[in-house]
Amino acid sequence: MFEIILYILAISFLVYSFLRDRKKTKMALINAWKAFENIMPALLGVLTLIGLVLTILSPKVITAVLGQNTGIWGMFLTSLIGAITLIPAFVAFPMAASLLTGGAGIMQIAVFVSTLTMVGTVTAPLEAKYFGWKVTVLRNGFAYLFSFIAAIIIGMVLR
Amino acid sequence: MKKYKPYLLLILVLIADVILFFINRDLGFKVAVNTGNHILQMLAVLPPIFILIGLLDVWVPREQFMRFMGEKSGAVGISLSILLGAAAAGPLYAAFPLAAIMIQKGVKFSNVLIFLGAWSTMKIPMVLFEITTLGSQFALTRWVISVVGIIVMALLISRIIPKTEQIEIYARHATP
Repeated sequence: MFEIILYILAISFLVYSFLRDRKKTKMALINAWKAFENIMPALLGVLTLIGLVLTILSPKVITAVLGQNTGIWGMFLTSLIGAITLIPAFVAFPMAASLLTGGAGIMQIAVFVSTLTMVGTVTAPLEAKYFGWKVTVLRNGFAYLFSFIAAIIIGMVLR
Repeated sequence: MKKYKPYLLLILVLIADVILFFINRDLGFKVAVNTGNHILQMLAVLPPIFILIGLLDVWVPREQFMRFMGEKSGAVGISLSILLGAAAAGPLYAAFPLAAIMIQKGVKFSNVLIFLGAWSTMKIPMVLFEITTLGSQFALTRWVISVVGIIVMALLISRIIPKTEQIEIYARHATP
């Protein structure tokens, strides 16, 4: 749905740009292709890694881990799964919701949602290619710690 | 040898995939199918993003970016970075090339980090879906905490990374 909006946006800007200045538009497309070509090898590597990790850590396995573990130890485990995997929100959120109604702890689910969206272990090689390893490690490390703080606050608010 | 270096991760994962295939044929097939799906999904999301990057590159002058999101942009720069990130759609890896063009255009380092943070966990489409599945209280509480957290983390990281290293990162993305 939102991908469609993105396409409409890109195409309308492209048409507008073409009408105003053909030479500039051609340059824009060449630059776009170069940026894409430049990142392609790293991106393919990361995507195959996601394919491998997500198959082994399937939603079924994740559900089992997320549903059964409680307390700090449970938060730690779910945060690890959230940090490693990269599941699209439209798969992960309904899964988390059904776990919540099934009796899973709110803090465990909150830490899972935050680490899942903010921490990207498998995409780290790609991130490092853009910003270097130091920034990548710091951003992901802080986001990982922050997910616990966020989860604890959510746990207190929603009690 | 240098030519193969960008493909190192891809080659290593493919070797692991082949080994897995010989250990467990079923799982190996599943990996192949999942990997194919992820690559197709990527090919669906990235073209409009790269077209927008290309257009941004030629149409929006560096001065505009620097004025609204550069070193002296203050609260305006922070708000704009959050807005841009939150308005997005797509996985986080799609945000990296956009962040790169922001760096190229002279956007303040902490604002680039805020943009990445907002994209990762505050995207409006994602939050709307979070509200419908996990409830508005859960989603909105998490959203509010995230705004604060993302700004604090971005400022911390840009303090920790020395100016010299930041200049190096900016030099890496400079237009040749």
